[in-house]
Formats: sequence, structure tokens, C-alpha cells
Amino acid sequence: MAATMSNVEEIRSRVILQEFGVKNVHTTDYPGNYPGYDDAWNMENFKKNFRIDIVDMDENTMEFDMVGIDASIANAFRRILLAEVPTMAVEKVFIYNNTSIVQDEILAHRLGLVPIKADPRLFEYRNAGNEGEEEDDEEGSEIDTIKLQLKVKCSRNPRATKDSADPRELYLNHMVYSKDMKWVPIGNQADVFADSNIGPVHGDILLAQLRPGQELDIVMHCVKGIGQDHAKFSPVATASYRLLPEISLLEAVEGEQAERLRSCFSRGVMELEDRDGKKFAKVVNSRLDTCSREVLRHEDLKNLVKLARVRDHFIFTVESSGVLPPDVLVTEAIKVLMTKCDRFLNELNTSNVE
Amino acid sequence: MAGDCEKKPVLEMVQADGGDEGCVTYVLHNEDHTLGNSLRYLVMKDVDVEFCGYSITHPSESKINFRIQTRGGIPATEPLRAGLTQLNDVCQHVLNTFQARVDEFKGKQDQPME
Repeated sequence: MAATMSNVEEIRSRVILQEFGVKNVHTTDYPGNYPGYDDAWNMENFKKNFRIDIVDMDENTMEFDMVGIDASIANAFRRILLAEVPTMAVEKVFIYNNTSIVQDEILAHRLGLVPIKADPRLFEYRNAGNEGEEEDDEEGSEIDTIKLQLKVKCSRNPRATKDSADPRELYLNHMVYSKDMKWVPIGNQADVFADSNIGPVHGDILLAQLRPGQELDIVMHCVKGIGQDHAKFSPVATASYRLLPEISLLEAVEGEQAERLRSCFSRGVMELEDRDGKKFAKVVNSRLDTCSREVLRHEDLKNLVKLARVRDHFIFTVESSGVLPPDVLVTEAIKVLMTKCDRFLNELNTSNVE
Repeated sequence: MAGDCEKKPVLEMVQADGGDEGCVTYVLHNEDHTLGNSLRYLVMKDVDVEFCGYSITHPSESKINFRIQTRGGIPATEPLRAGLTQLNDVCQHVLNTFQARVDEFKGKQDQPME
């Protein structure tokens, strides 16, 4: 496959994995770089070659292939997913009472990191002390703030057996979980978000442990923010891509070598094929490979295969933190990049830059 | 320098004294590799652009210097504007394709259940 590819074509479209490094890493298809190629931007060509295939999707994760786009733009989507798609998170913690052994600031930090299920698209950013300090510190309004309350007091369990040593039996409310964070609607929120069930995404996050007599009385304000400001606002657990691996055999490999060759790759990448009673190695699905380059450690095998990656084939994996479904996150990310373009286009068109 | 119409400028233009308008450094505020690299790719795809590059001035400053040098005295604003427009179009196409595929996928998932 790759053996028939002309050298220039290979430099343009493949990243080559070698024993001591990776070759042809950078995009080079700019106008003037290659004689005989028209590399100027062409929207029609882009549309013709671009494609997305959704491989797998459920409520929290998705995998899809994005083919025919440059790494710089694919990477922009990835970066935006991590740091610029807004979500709601606890930003202000009002501790009225905390007699637990967890210090106020540690507890506040833990509360901040709890993912909050609320559609950030329905909220506004709270302007940070922009227009006078008095108003914004204490109360947010219904359009930019979600109020949560955590009020737990631990006590002895009167029904516990006498010689019990198990805290689960001895005490009541000794474990404080995220499910104890209760939503307190502000203004008309009770009507507007009646069926959206605002609160923590996961109810089983342990926040603190208490002993009899200790209590927590906390009010939290959640605001809209982006991961760039603080990681708690990041909507994804991970968002990453890898390039599609391409493994090609340069010669027929048989017998013991074929067996060893197969074991150099991830399971399912290479299979043995029976031809006239002899076992030949055959590449079945190079997508599954981790590109460990193990094969290059075998002196006799390393010149029989070519390891490459397809430069413009991105296998995206997006894992949501549960705040929004992954497909919504990707669409939001694309919209964020469009907003950025618009912002500067507006600035170019309206202002006195020239 | 120009563009300080408000308190927080979004875009500034830096030009050497007497320099031509084909060689300009733009300062994009509150941007990083996300826009910088993707925009650089599209601006470099322009035939009239001789050089395009960007740098992040300092990790603690949230701005980038975006340099464009054009061939034949074409104002640098043109490739910049074209690049931004193209990036917007690319995003629109990606968005449309993505949404179409997601709908398709969801449709396929629903079918076997019924």
C-alpha cells in the first residue's frame, strides 16, 4: 500500500514512525512547497475530502473519526473541549458552620470540583466585579447563579448494638456525600428548571466524614466558567485524538517470523494466513495498534514493515464529565471557535485597526 | 498602534515606522495556540502570503503576536480577513457534518430497539 506511494505523496500525507524518531511530523502542504501541487486553500476540495464517522457513542463517551482536516484545526477543537467550553461549577462557598476535621478551604476546594448537572447554555456569565463591588459578592441572580445547600449533622445511632465498632452502625450521617448538596432555586428557577433536575452529576462523591456532634452548614453559589480559568469548569474527563496507524508489510513474512511479527503488535492488528500450507503474516486491522514500535527492536523484522500514521485522520475520544452529552460538547466546541473568528472579523470590519 | 477604542483591546496592529502595510504584526488579545495555530495554517495556505507565524509573548500574558508578510504589497489585513472567514466556513462545515452524522447514528441506534 505505502510501498506504491510516491515519496512526495508519503511526505505530505503520512507521519513515519522510525526506530529513533518520528519523521515528517509537520504539515508541509503549503503553496510553493511542492512543484506540481496546488496547495492553495480550496473550500470545495476540503468539503469533498472531509468526513466524520461516528464509531461509538453513549451518554458519557464518544469516539469518532475526523478525516481530511489539518492537525491545527483538529487540535483547536480538542483544546477548546478541554479549556473553553463553559460549564457550571461551585465558585463561592459560604461556610456558616464547619466543625468537621476537614478545614474550610479544603472542603471548599472539594465542593468546587464536584461536577454540577445544569445546562450552562441557559445561564449567563457572572461579570466579575466589573460594575462595582457591592452587588456581585453576596447574591447572584437567577440568570447567572445556582444556589446549593449542604446541611448535615452527625449524631449517635440510638439503635446501634452495644459492642459494635462499625462506624456505619454507630453513627448517623457520618458520611457526607455529594447527594446531600441540595438545590435551592432562586427567583423563577423552580419553574424554568422544573424538570432538569439541577444538582451534582454523581451522588456518591464522598465530601467529608463526620463524628457525632460535628456538623456542616454550607451554602454554595455555582457560576458559569471555562476550564482556562479553573479545571473544575472543564466539561470533559478527557478529550484526545490519535492519528490512524497504518502498518504495511514490505515483504511476505512466513513461519516463525510471522508468528513473532504478529506478537509485536496489539491483538487483532495482524493475523496469520494459510497459503499452501505455510503461515503468512497479514495486516488485518492496523487501527487497533498502539504504535508501540516493538517490532523495531527485532533486527530481522524491522526492515520488513513500515509503520506510519495517516496525517489527516484523527480518531477523537471525548469523555464527558456528565454535565452535557459528548456530542453536545463537540458542537459547542466548534461554535466556540466560530465565535472567536467572528470576534476578530468584527473587530477588523468595525474598528480603526487600519 | 491602534485599536484602543475601548479599555480592553481585542486586536491591535503593530507596524514598523514607515513600513508597508504588507508586513504587520497583529496582537490578538486573550488568544493562544487554539486560534493562533489554526489561523496560521489557513493564512499560510494563501498564495499571496510570504510568511506567517505567531508567538506567545509570555506564559503569563494572554495574548499572541501574529505576524503576516505578504507578497507584492498586498495589505496584510486581506489574508487575515480571508483566513478568519475560511476558518469560520471550515467550522460551519465541520459542524454541519458532525450534526448530520450524530443524527444518523442516533437514528440507527434507535431502530433495533423497536
